[in-house]
Amino acid sequence: MRSILSILMENEPGSLSRIVGLFSQRAFNIESLTVAPTNDDSLSRMTITTIGDDKVLEQIVKQVNKLIDVIKIIDITDRKHIERELLLVKVSAMNDKTRTEVKRITDIFRGNIVDIGKQVYTVQLTGKAEKLNAFIDALQHETEIIEAARSGCVGMSRGDKALRI
Amino acid sequence: MTTQFFSGAEMVVKSLSALNVKYIFGYPGGSVLDIYDAIFQQDEIEHILVRHEQAATHMADGYARATGKVGVVLATSGPGATNCVTGIATAYMDSIPMVVLAGQVATSLIGNDAFQETDIVGCTRPIVKHSFSCRSLADIPDAISKAFYLASTGRPGPVVVELPKDILIPQNTGPFSIDTDINMRSYNPTVKGHPKQITKAAQTIASAKKLIVYSGGGIVLSDASILLTTLVETLKAPITNTLMGLGGISGTHKQFVGMLGMHGSLEANKCMANADVILALGARFDDRVTNNVEKFCPNATIIHVDIDPTSISKTINAHIPVVGLVDVVMQQLLDELSDINFSPDEEALRDWWQQINQWRNIKSFSYEQELNEKIKPQRVVEALYKITEGDAYVCSDVGQHQMFAAQHYPFAKPRQWINSGGAGTMGFGLPAAMGVKLAFPDKHVICITGDGSIQMNIQELSTCSQYKLPVVIVTLNNRSLGMVRQWQDMVYGGRHSSSYMESLPDFVKIAEAYGHVGIQIDSLNELDEKLTQAFNIKDRLVFVDVMVDEKEHVYPMHIRTGAIDEMWLKKGVKA
Repeated sequence: MRSILSILMENEPGSLSRIVGLFSQRAFNIESLTVAPTNDDSLSRMTITTIGDDKVLEQIVKQVNKLIDVIKIIDITDRKHIERELLLVKVSAMNDKTRTEVKRITDIFRGNIVDIGKQVYTVQLTGKAEKLNAFIDALQHETEIIEAARSGCVGMSRGDKALRI
Repeated sequence: MTTQFFSGAEMVVKSLSALNVKYIFGYPGGSVLDIYDAIFQQDEIEHILVRHEQAATHMADGYARATGKVGVVLATSGPGATNCVTGIATAYMDSIPMVVLAGQVATSLIGNDAFQETDIVGCTRPIVKHSFSCRSLADIPDAISKAFYLASTGRPGPVVVELPKDILIPQNTGPFSIDTDINMRSYNPTVKGHPKQITKAAQTIASAKKLIVYSGGGIVLSDASILLTTLVETLKAPITNTLMGLGGISGTHKQFVGMLGMHGSLEANKCMANADVILALGARFDDRVTNNVEKFCPNATIIHVDIDPTSISKTINAHIPVVGLVDVVMQQLLDELSDINFSPDEEALRDWWQQINQWRNIKSFSYEQELNEKIKPQRVVEALYKITEGDAYVCSDVGQHQMFAAQHYPFAKPRQWINSGGAGTMGFGLPAAMGVKLAFPDKHVICITGDGSIQMNIQELSTCSQYKLPVVIVTLNNRSLGMVRQWQDMVYGGRHSSSYMESLPDFVKIAEAYGHVGIQIDSLNELDEKLTQAFNIKDRLVFVDVMVDEKEHVYPMHIRTGAIDEMWLKKGVKA
């Protein structure tokens, strides 16, 4: 089962390597991982999407929590939550037909063309992973994808629930 | 008032001093010479110079296990630090409080593949509780203070502090202050068990018909043996200890059914397999305990008390998990049992003990010693027990001798049995014994070892000369790597691939070369006398090399992939 874990941790050198090391040391999966400081510079917030059964997931949460740098970890998968991922994709836009199609698909998915070259468009799209997958599929039917970069998932609980110290 | 300024090296020593450190175990080298210079100029802390950094970690470890204090290691950057890795892993696996101060190249050189540069924080990351990379002078007192706090609280463990050369030098100074009252927002280990879980646990215990208490190293680490004994006597139930938990209750207590696990007693394993309630206290259902987890105690309700939530339901699912300090939780349990007017079900207990006594009568640790045959290793351990009146610190290496010692020396008190249980580190025994002897110079300290293990840190005989550490080394010499050989006999068709030592040294001469006393024992009729003689020499290290039967196997032994109570009692004899 895919789970989204939100982690609040000390923004210290080495914190990230401890998390990544833990996952590899204990043979846990990482599907995606994103990390950045929060509005409080002393804190980092990490979102990890992982795959494992309940027993594995319980161990992941406990083991991450055990790391000294980690302040809190929550599994937001089963509660109401928002998850978003950012995609930047550069596609071939050689002729009018392709350019029109790329523009049309981008509009349908509510993406934005954020840069153009002589024969390429760069498109930005945010959403859940499955939306991004569908968008890439749609583009692939119409044109060649030159490169794609995805941010990995970030997530947050809906409503009043918050992950904070 | 003028503020006094100190170098980083001086701050290291002042910090250790503020934390009441008496001994540092280490070895000098380029990046830590300033610390050594600062040590030289004070007399509060004594430095013990080992002959290999691995031994420094084991010595600090032995000191920590025997005293309960944090063991402190000092090593230089690069190879000095990497030599500590095995010792750090050993301490990590057994949750031993240890702080390793590791030198590092100057901050300007870090990442340049400088001379004697190793990313020691990276190397040790999976085997430490935490680590600190100091990058400025001001980091030092705080890092060391936090390192001690982390190493010794919650589930203890080793902490590495990396100290680059340029923040230690005398040219670079600053004011010194240290806060030893640490509070970290990201680290708050649970102390008390959740009241609802305590209630559930007490009710389950009260309704048990066949209860077994299964206690581990957590009891020893938290000095909770008196409370454990009270609890066990209240419950009137049998108790078993893990290898790490031996001494948690007296080995001669009538409710003690012996160690459990792979080479545990049949009765201990039978109790586990047949129990309806297992009360696990500071133990972690290690694979050497459980045997096949699929077949593990299917009828038991498991109450698992541990300070570390990750230990709970990791290998065996706990029905009633209780996170907390084991001594605090045991007191809570006792209070709760008293509140519900607990009295043991005498009828059920009578049946349970009747059953247990039948298992006990099989005498699964028994062995046969013919008078004119080679000495059996078990017989040597029994002799040691008698001569030291059960009051020695017994430090062991890893292998058959370790199991024989665990089986045949009933430990009266916690911290008396010192061995590398989790990591299984050969070479641990001698330096650990040295650390114990340093802490308790008036006590008998034995290193029970084998001809394989002793050679993994034999250079420390030199350190023993320098610091006059008269430990008694007893080598159960079977001219082979006994445990490996046993597995090869049992599992690999008797093919002894690289399991025997074809060029063993003369250990007596080695001992003498280092200025110690060497005694060799070849036959049973001289065993007791010569061992007694060894223990009568109080002021010198005695190396007793005992020639034992190389064909002896450790029994009983779990049958692979079987349930916890499926055991070989002897060759070809199943329980």
